[in-house]
Amino acid sequence: MNARRPVAAPSDGGAARRAEILARVRANQPTAGPSPPLPVYDRALQVPLDTFAANLERMGGELVAVPDEGDLEDWIRRRYPQARVVCSATPDVAGTRSIASVSAPCDLADVDVGVVRAALGVAETGSVLLTERHLGINALGFLAQHLVVLLDPSSIVPDLHHAYRDPCFRDARYTLLLTGPSATADIEGVLVRGAQGVRSLTIIARAPRRSA
Amino acid sequence: MKRVDHAEASSRFISAKDHVAFHDRRLWDLRGKRDREAASIPEWEELRSFASAIKEHTLANLADYLEQFERNAIANGAHVHWARDAAEHNQVVLGILDAHAVHTLVKSKSMLTDECEMSAFLARRGIEVVETDLGERIQQLDEEPPSHIVVPAVHKLRADVARVFARTLGTDPDRTDVAYLAESQRRQTRPYYLKAEAGMTGANFAVAETGSVVVCTNEGNADLSVHVPRLHIASIGIEKVIPRIEHLAVFVRLLSRSALGSPITQMTSHFRAPRAGAEMHIVLVDNGRSERLGMADFWRSLKCIRCGACLNTCPVYRRSGGLSYGATYSGPIGVIIDPTFNLRKYSALPFASTLNGSCTHVCPVKIDIHEQIFRWRQVINERNQLPIVKKEAMRMAGKVLASPRLYRTAVKAAQAGLEYLPRTMIYNPVNAWGRQREVPPAAKQTFRDWYLEHRAGKKGTKA
Repeated sequence: MNARRPVAAPSDGGAARRAEILARVRANQPTAGPSPPLPVYDRALQVPLDTFAANLERMGGELVAVPDEGDLEDWIRRRYPQARVVCSATPDVAGTRSIASVSAPCDLADVDVGVVRAALGVAETGSVLLTERHLGINALGFLAQHLVVLLDPSSIVPDLHHAYRDPCFRDARYTLLLTGPSATADIEGVLVRGAQGVRSLTIIARAPRRSA
Repeated sequence: MKRVDHAEASSRFISAKDHVAFHDRRLWDLRGKRDREAASIPEWEELRSFASAIKEHTLANLADYLEQFERNAIANGAHVHWARDAAEHNQVVLGILDAHAVHTLVKSKSMLTDECEMSAFLARRGIEVVETDLGERIQQLDEEPPSHIVVPAVHKLRADVARVFARTLGTDPDRTDVAYLAESQRRQTRPYYLKAEAGMTGANFAVAETGSVVVCTNEGNADLSVHVPRLHIASIGIEKVIPRIEHLAVFVRLLSRSALGSPITQMTSHFRAPRAGAEMHIVLVDNGRSERLGMADFWRSLKCIRCGACLNTCPVYRRSGGLSYGATYSGPIGVIIDPTFNLRKYSALPFASTLNGSCTHVCPVKIDIHEQIFRWRQVINERNQLPIVKKEAMRMAGKVLASPRLYRTAVKAAQAGLEYLPRTMIYNPVNAWGRQREVPPAAKQTFRDWYLEHRAGKKGTKA
């Protein structure tokens, strides 16, 4: 390993570099028309949840039906019998570890199952929308071996045009459109699920508990 | 600088028959999936027009949008740096890493950092750079550049990967099943996320109105690189800016459908501000882009969203492999971008095309790729960058094609030649069309002779 050489601080000459780039860009900019207004593609979805489920399945995720009165803790235990650490970031599920008790992302490395609640679903792609508020600690959505996401079926929007109107994109620090588990097809195009992040993604359609 | 000889380099790729056949099939399969996805969206062509118009508008007002992006990113708590070229980019990144005493950097895919040859630069200064995308990692461990902008190791077969991993990761050399190989990389990479002091990403889009950096991946490696270490560096080419959040819907709907034929990437991640207790640094890089912006015939190449659809559809790319282009960007988009970096070095690349126009046809942002390829050929000829054999052949062809009489004589002579000449007269180094293939048999009758016999002068036909 080579010795580390001291280097100029990155701010040195930064203002001059910035000015030079912007001046060159301004001098060379072509002319083009205004940015076109975008239409809204309003399609009437008979059952948004069905479209959502079909597209999610294509992307390797699974929508499961758990009866509204069904016990989620019990369902998770039966679904992941080997799981030792179930870390939840939603009041709907207690799990074995609350995200509030975790101080650093690294401490999530041993999580078997993460449980979160999504802001909304996108029928067109089968995506769910999550922010730091939903994940508690962002790494929960990636370091966990498996992820369970609760989704209110009434929050499903038809397509990405609708999804991008959500205020999360303007006020959350981090916003994720998650569509299925982590996956790769980098070797011969053979699909492998569980590339670097979660090995499986399970969505449970369920409205949040009334707080009142 | 030595000229990249695409034909010579691709002959090495072509000599491995199994590889070429697979490569061709795999990429054509991606093209087919792209077609099915495009056909499933009624407004597909409209989305392409919007994407093109948004990009052209942005590039025409790029300086304003860059300033808006910078202003918002700083307001969000990010640090913004500017780099005029690759060397400055690497210095800026090194400066940030040194200031944070970083020894290990986990990074997700970024064509820009490849363009800047950043990893080698940092490695020479004692920083361990770990590519975390599976395809990029395979290429890094094999000390080869990526051969495709979306699927970096697409030119390798599973046995090749097994050999690389056995040598570098200590996997079982006899196990070539893909799940085992991918799992081995997952397990080997995971500890790096936990110990690295910094993570790096590129950007698919940078949104001016919010200062957000948007990264699209399937493996989750970009998110792991950002969310576990406390320091995130995003290197972004200045052409990646788009004005508004609502524009993301257009581009995200097009990107993965064009790239892989899937409706969206598994993760579409929007990094607007650093998480509490973490730092986010953005490096805006020019490296020739502002100059390209001023090229009347070529500025539209800056609309590219790096989906790779033009590579997948290109018959030359599919049969010659990305490495034969000898450049960071290969395939049709590479052919029109690379000469702006170095005209002499990449002067052969615009000839690695049949000008069939398929690239233009599938481009989600409607770049006139094949027309730019043709225009580059003219520029290369004007600047005297053509090899002598090609120049002479084209000069003769130009004379012959300009004169109907000479043309007819030449066609007759070629017909006779193909039939009666000894093989060495046809299959020799001067005739590029006789390399690596049999010249098809000449038709017994020319179209002109057939036309004169059947149609010319007959009643009811147009002359």
